[in-house]
Amino acid sequence: MTNGWTDVSNADVVLVMGGNPAENHPVGFRFVMEAKRLRKAKIVCIDPRFTRTAAVSDLYVPIRSGTDIAFLGGLIHYALTENKYQRKYVEQHTNASFLIAEGFGFSEGHFSGWKDGKYDKATWQYELDGQGYAKVDPTLEHPRCVFQLMKTHYSRYTPDVVANICGCTAEEFLKAAAMITIAAAEDKSGTVLYALGWTHHSFAVQLIHAAAMVQLLMGNIGMPGGGVNAQRGHANIQGSTDMGSWNNLPGYLKIPRANQGTLAEYLKSNTPKALRPNSLNYWGNTPKFMTSLLKAYYGPHATAANGYGYEWIPKVAEGADHSWGTFFDEMHAGKMDGLISFGMNPVANGPNTPKMIRALSKLKWLIVAENFETETAAFWRAKELADKEYPQSLKAEDIQTEVFLLPAACFAEKDGAFVNSSRWLQWKEAAVDPPGDARRDQEIIADLFLAVRALYEKEGGKSPEPVLNMQWNYAKPHVPTLREVAREVNGVDLETGKQLNGFGELKDDGSTSCGNWVYSGSWTELGNQMARRGQVDPTGLGLYPEWAWSWPANRRILYNRASADDQGKPWDGTRAPIRWNGKRWGGDTPDYKADASPDSMAAFIMLPEGVARLFAPDLVEGPFPEHYEPAESPVDNALHPNANANPMLKTYKSDMDAFGTAKDFPFVAITYRLTEHFHYWTKHTSSSSELQSNFFVEVPEELATEKGIVSGTKVRVSSARGDLEGPALVTKRLRTLKVSGRKVYQIGLPIHWGFVGKVHGPLINKLTPSAYDPNCGTPEYKGFLVNLEKIG
Amino acid sequence: MPKESSRREFIKRSTKGAAVGGVAAATVPAAAAESAPKPLKTAHTHQSTSICPYCAVGCSVVVHTLGDKARNVKPAIVHIEGDPDSPINRGTLCPKGASLEEFVQSDRRLTTVQYRAPGSREWTRITWAEAMTKMARRIKDSRDNGFEATDAQGRTVNRLGNVAMIGGCTDTNEINYLLSKFRFGLGLLSYENQSRL
Repeated sequence: MTNGWTDVSNADVVLVMGGNPAENHPVGFRFVMEAKRLRKAKIVCIDPRFTRTAAVSDLYVPIRSGTDIAFLGGLIHYALTENKYQRKYVEQHTNASFLIAEGFGFSEGHFSGWKDGKYDKATWQYELDGQGYAKVDPTLEHPRCVFQLMKTHYSRYTPDVVANICGCTAEEFLKAAAMITIAAAEDKSGTVLYALGWTHHSFAVQLIHAAAMVQLLMGNIGMPGGGVNAQRGHANIQGSTDMGSWNNLPGYLKIPRANQGTLAEYLKSNTPKALRPNSLNYWGNTPKFMTSLLKAYYGPHATAANGYGYEWIPKVAEGADHSWGTFFDEMHAGKMDGLISFGMNPVANGPNTPKMIRALSKLKWLIVAENFETETAAFWRAKELADKEYPQSLKAEDIQTEVFLLPAACFAEKDGAFVNSSRWLQWKEAAVDPPGDARRDQEIIADLFLAVRALYEKEGGKSPEPVLNMQWNYAKPHVPTLREVAREVNGVDLETGKQLNGFGELKDDGSTSCGNWVYSGSWTELGNQMARRGQVDPTGLGLYPEWAWSWPANRRILYNRASADDQGKPWDGTRAPIRWNGKRWGGDTPDYKADASPDSMAAFIMLPEGVARLFAPDLVEGPFPEHYEPAESPVDNALHPNANANPMLKTYKSDMDAFGTAKDFPFVAITYRLTEHFHYWTKHTSSSSELQSNFFVEVPEELATEKGIVSGTKVRVSSARGDLEGPALVTKRLRTLKVSGRKVYQIGLPIHWGFVGKVHGPLINKLTPSAYDPNCGTPEYKGFLVNLEKIG
Repeated sequence: MPKESSRREFIKRSTKGAAVGGVAAATVPAAAAESAPKPLKTAHTHQSTSICPYCAVGCSVVVHTLGDKARNVKPAIVHIEGDPDSPINRGTLCPKGASLEEFVQSDRRLTTVQYRAPGSREWTRITWAEAMTKMARRIKDSRDNGFEATDAQGRTVNRLGNVAMIGGCTDTNEINYLLSKFRFGLGLLSYENQSRL
């Protein structure tokens, strides 16, 4: 979230789209109800299904799953043509005025530069002046400025086109547009709350980009009650994102590529240059963040002479990726020896379950650390436990994978910090010891790492340096405490031995170490800031600056400098998160230099432009979001039938990666969670299992009538990947939609069951395709095609 | 830090209780004492603060345990409730959070190390020491086979392509950081967490 849960009550308009907080984030949803009660906020819910969030909203509009970009594109068109956008904000705080290179354009579903299935992005770039700064036209009139290009791009997204693609009516769309754009007024704020309904698409990143564009046009970024807010579905999904993945080191530093052979080359490629004279360009400090991380990793082995151990960090081949879909495809192809899983269950939560099971059966070894026996640990038992559902699975005798199932401690048995979706690092205490032989994960990781290291010390082996030089200097190396680790993550001045106060103190000369620069300030000489329990709220905006600690720098609202104009005057004087007193900014931690006068630099200090990007050339399928159909769709793309799905869609070509068409699979399927269950965990606990014991298939009333189905009738749902069975729940919640002149039905599938647990049921991902977003690799769990048959 | 005050209160209350009990024994008939209401089971608990491990709203919870501090007793959780001090949940919890105690104490919790040999139809119990020895050997052998110190063009790449690692979203920042040291120690690139799923 750019903002946070407690801040949602500051909103005048709440757009809930791609999420269902009333059911899936019930406690967070109370701030939506507070906004309604305290500010008479309007709640607009756009969702394929009439959810409990929809039930308490002021306006509900149903749309076909996967058409959100069309809807948001329509909002952009509406705002620009009806003059419902915050003009001064757009002029001062976005790249609307930036000029784009000659030759940029869009036709027949592709942006300029499309050739042989690839994009050459040469025309997607800013036009630069002699000093390397982007040229701008502050009047926003230049035909090649972002504002005019955006206007042209979205001119196709009229209310009728939106209605035709999404399946709502033009009137419904216009009502929603009028309500959402209330926030265009300088003294009104609107928030956007989303979740996996937006990210489970093969165009997920562009969808979020479209939402950010709407929020920038409304002047809602940096404002209390504003922002783009991902609700997120796991307790520390934010923290694990902050700590890196296949393409990131901790703190969103990029993993090096093979052509960045030295630290100097890496820093040259990854340290951005300011694109405007008044841009602070905070990522210009990348050398300090990276050097300090290398010092934390390699300690005394990291010296100026060896580039602080940079060579030991693995390098990704140019153009290669190691995302989920790719390495499971490699595993399926028999190219992987082993998989180590700490608290994840790919058989349940990866797309295309039969492929996941088959992939695991090709491993030599699998290590799973868990609270429970999961479907992943028990994948080799699929035949024994659920033969009917997984007929492609091999018999246990034919699976040569060696499996280690390690009993791990649960949340209450360990201390440490979770980061919630508000970016608050909240420290927890260990209440009890793990049961039986179960052990805390830090001890399991330490033991395993040190055992591997001992083998390299004893036997030598292939390139032992990265293993031997990784710093592991905990007081008891086999039993590191999370307090020690948290202090290391915060960072230390290596000359004085003192904890750093924040990332402003980081150096690029090897004299500081820091495990994750965005967390620097979380454990200072004053102690553990994440364990703070202060109740004060000086701004009166519900920011609670002394409760826990928020990254970065305890800032509660990201981009808060944009809550005021370029002279520092708040857009809304009644709720300014930060104020300039002539010498310093007060209030929330400013997203700005604390003592810099309002006109001294541009507001978006993290971006080389100094302003927010409406036009974002770094995304792979285009600088503006465009409506593409899901990988499997019931209709042709109404905007450009020759470019139906995302041109950069990521798929795989194994014999288990089938895709279906509307001829065989005419219905659109969506997956979702229920209030009473958490993901695939709570089928191991009694109350959740009792409250929601059975899988069901939510079937729209009209389709049920056509097929002679009533609630309780046994039905079969099938996709090109497989099929599953369950009782129907006939519902009014999934309205029949009219799309491109024809009826479209949507089927609802709750996700929480599997073949181990107190209650059993089909794994929904048996049906989902291996279709992934090309920017970030999220799979398309919403808006794939199925068929529905009555069998009972 | 765990709240020491509750421990002190516990002692104070017990001492006072004993003194009052001493007087009461002399004046109140035994039957009346037996019919007196029992104190709440949380009255004498030790309280630790924690965070709900489910969704990312980040509700604070108070974990009540009995039996800690005494060296020969293992503390046990008797109750988990919402923390009223949290500005997020102010003591409230959803149906999943309200039944967290069942999650911690589920009879399906794993309490032993389980091993499944190639081609086997069953789990067998092994010790941590056996498991560590075997796992370290598998990791080392795979790394020695699959590690690429330089690529086809002779550039130093120090990467491991035949082992993947997933997880972290269910655990703390600190565990995630240790996992990052583990994976970069090995040179492992194929690493994902729930944020992409």
